[in-house]
Amino acid sequence: MLALDMTFNPAPTTLLQASELALQRGDAWLFKNLSFHVSSGQILWLRGQNGRGKTSLLRVLVGLAQPERGTLAWSNSNLANESSSKAVYIGHANGLKDELTVLESLQFLARVHGHTLTQTVALAALRHLHIDHCCNRLVRTLSQGQQRRVALARLALETTPNLWVLDEPFDTLDAEGVRIVNHLLSEHLARQGSVVLTSHIPLELMNTKVQQLNLDEVNR
Amino acid sequence: MMSHNIMTLLIRRDLRLASRRRTDAFLPVVFFVVATSLFPLGIGPETNTLRQIAPGIMWVCALLSAMLSLNTLYASDHADGSLEQLMLSTHSLFLIAASKALTHWLITGLPLILISPVLGILFDMHLQAVATLTLGLLLGTPILSLLGGLGAALTLGVRNGGVLILLLILPLCIPVLIFGAGAVSAVDAGLSPRAHLSLIGAFLLLTSLGAPLATASALRIAEA
Repeated sequence: MLALDMTFNPAPTTLLQASELALQRGDAWLFKNLSFHVSSGQILWLRGQNGRGKTSLLRVLVGLAQPERGTLAWSNSNLANESSSKAVYIGHANGLKDELTVLESLQFLARVHGHTLTQTVALAALRHLHIDHCCNRLVRTLSQGQQRRVALARLALETTPNLWVLDEPFDTLDAEGVRIVNHLLSEHLARQGSVVLTSHIPLELMNTKVQQLNLDEVNR
Repeated sequence: MMSHNIMTLLIRRDLRLASRRRTDAFLPVVFFVVATSLFPLGIGPETNTLRQIAPGIMWVCALLSAMLSLNTLYASDHADGSLEQLMLSTHSLFLIAASKALTHWLITGLPLILISPVLGILFDMHLQAVATLTLGLLLGTPILSLLGGLGAALTLGVRNGGVLILLLILPLCIPVLIFGAGAVSAVDAGLSPRAHLSLIGAFLLLTSLGAPLATASALRIAEA
């Protein structure tokens, strides 16, 4: 196993194995026995109607919530190092402070997650999302879509093949924004990174087959 | 990143946020000054009475002004998703909770301590009594911020959380109030305030270890 990990191998290694997860909301079970795995270079698209527990499942994956039963096993090859977080999670809320400027917000988020971020690098990430012209504006003066772009600029900072957990990343983005994010996802998958996301619009990725997990079809 | 950096990072961010919302930041100290100055107007200019009740008034007003800004301590971070990002980082939640309490003290507690000697003189207190009051506030106001942080974390996501914080935290603050005002009374009676101040100091040590720990657990429950 170890020898396989050491050599660069395009054959996917399992990054995260979820076994027999069970999750409850109130009295209702969202799912009782959900197993799946995420491999390096793989994208998993969580589907399902509203209220099926997509967001709850994502929060379990990153460790914000605990499942009623079941286990999550991370392979600690290259991402469980001490200094930076296990996964990049961008939820419904953007994690930006209204009273900070775009640049300050992005720098704070990056530093919290253990990256030292120079202004040049931060600006480059913002430019990637075509939002760099707003870098000195307060976050609250931006539109919803612009704020989403700033939150997603964190993805343009990433260079390691870790796991991205994204909750409706395309929410409030315009067509150009959707194209940029699709491109970021493709790049990440190409460097053997992994993605788990929810989305109500279909993904358009280069050279990658999108794995799907439909929560409507799992047994409750 | 070293763990002490999260404290400086978070404190600097929160101070910067406070500096951009000056009305919110100055509200506690303005409340403190206005509330304490109302008492002489209501009670009448009897110097002896005022001198006697001044420490109690100042402590009660300090307590209330510390509670004033608690409901936003974690609520805004919770609402905009900053809190979940902080919790996902590898930093200890204990340090995050401690930083938030420290920032709250820097914004609400410290200005109060600086202005209390002036108010003490306004109430015609003796110099030694003013010094004891200030020292008591120096030891006591961090306790209010630490316990307040716990209350804010416990009521995160609860409707009418602001009132609930008061109900949860005010009873816990009563020892600080008693010993803080008691220290000044002891000085007035010609006794040493050391016993009272030592007890507040002990309470401060206890809360600075216990409150961030409890706050961290409360935050984990709130985000789950």
